[in-house]
Amino acid sequence: MTDVTVSPTSSQPVNLLKVLGPVHVWGLGVGIVLVGEFMGWNYGVGKGGAFGALVACFISGLLYTCVAMIDSEITSTVAAAGGQYAQAKHTIGPLMAFNVGLFMVLTYAMLGAADVQVAGQLIQIGAQNLGHTIDWQPWTILCLAGLALLNYRGVFATLTVNFVITAVAFLTIIILFVGVQPWNPTAVLLHKDLLTGLPYGWIGVIAALHFGIWYYLGIEGTCQAAEEVRSPGRALPLGTMSGMITLLIAAALTWYVCSGLLPWEYIGWDSELAPLYDAAKVTGSSFLTVALFIGTLLSAIASANGCVNDSARAWFSMGRDRYLPEWFGAVHPAYRTPFRAILFLMPIFAVFALYIPLAEIITFSILSGLLNYTFMPLNMWSFRKKWPVGTIRRGFEHPFHPFPAILLMALCVTTFFAVYLGYGRQLLAMMFFYIVASLWFAFYRYRYVRRGAQFTMSWPRPKGY
Amino acid sequence: MWEVSGWAAWILSAAIFAWLIYDFFKINIGYSESVLTSSREGVDELFPAEGGR
Repeated sequence: MTDVTVSPTSSQPVNLLKVLGPVHVWGLGVGIVLVGEFMGWNYGVGKGGAFGALVACFISGLLYTCVAMIDSEITSTVAAAGGQYAQAKHTIGPLMAFNVGLFMVLTYAMLGAADVQVAGQLIQIGAQNLGHTIDWQPWTILCLAGLALLNYRGVFATLTVNFVITAVAFLTIIILFVGVQPWNPTAVLLHKDLLTGLPYGWIGVIAALHFGIWYYLGIEGTCQAAEEVRSPGRALPLGTMSGMITLLIAAALTWYVCSGLLPWEYIGWDSELAPLYDAAKVTGSSFLTVALFIGTLLSAIASANGCVNDSARAWFSMGRDRYLPEWFGAVHPAYRTPFRAILFLMPIFAVFALYIPLAEIITFSILSGLLNYTFMPLNMWSFRKKWPVGTIRRGFEHPFHPFPAILLMALCVTTFFAVYLGYGRQLLAMMFFYIVASLWFAFYRYRYVRRGAQFTMSWPRPKGY
Repeated sequence: MWEVSGWAAWILSAAIFAWLIYDFFKINIGYSESVLTSSREGVDELFPAEGGR
């Protein structure tokens, strides 16, 4: 392996390493999201019934396909750590970039905290099933410590591990699907008896959109690897779009298996933590039960791992541009990771994981993610308007512009309404927080921003400027 | 064994965080701030042919 350590007296810049390929991008994107197939999506069943959750799954799938297409085009062109933050900096301006950076840090920090909390609780459940009573907190912290170490010591190992454990978790969904004998729909599955219409009508379907997001939340995180992939123009679109296809398959299989084994009232119950694991238990097969327990645990760990990676890159990028203190923009001279950002975020992960209820953390994560998706259509319109196709070299050009951007905006507005139905207070509190943070940035922090060095891409002057 | 597993997890976590903090201070003391914060967007010296500006 190449020694990349920089000596203390070197005049060489200490940059992040370009060592990742498409499989790492897939591992990062799917790794963050796949936990949503194992848990979380099922609360949408409580809002709209099994069919309502399926409609929400497809509508959210459409939303995220638009996200993946837009992201693939812009990120393969703006190849910088920070993902949408770096995009916003180039296409819109500093205040939007600051907000987008915060959206991402909070989305991933909250999601990662929820993941390690769940990982600890799953270990507790596993021990209970073996007849032992243990606390979940030490396992949550051990999980976080292990991921901090992995992320601190290098991105290649971090995302290679994520690829492997994500692939194993995905495989367990396939194993369960095969295990319920889909070629013989009445042998194990009971869709005919368990499926009902829409218990709360179409308003229930709209309310279910809030949790339909859970099937795919975080796929946009692939952009954070932009500065560390060997070939952004190839790896990012390939990893992101193949990741999206994987998630669509996993979401459809998950809904099909769970709705055929468990009544919708149980799947959508507030205290139901892991529907795929429970579906495996219902089959009566010890092999499937153990496989899905392992799959659920690995998916939570993979998601947390991706979240540590992505939240640290977003925080690091903002520090590097002095949107936050420049101190955070440091890179480890041997491991080439944003080591200060990683360590700084760990206490935040730990406090949320140990002391905040799961539903609250998830809601804050979803709200910040949704704000980020609402920015993307604006980002796309601005990008294509300022640099039309043919004026700069793009790694990928998404088809049918501006239709995906318009569709994405319409779906975001509908989903905001869905969130408002169930979590209006949290939505307003979150908006208030971002307004206060924006005022702080505009009237205080902006004076420290390295304004002349904001624009790092070698593009021509934008059209109309 | 299950009774002590929680303590073992706490101790292992503390050891990992202790090493991270040790390395963190070692690097901060051993390197100047200008070296540690010299990273620039889209630049990498390992693959100069592929790097950005």
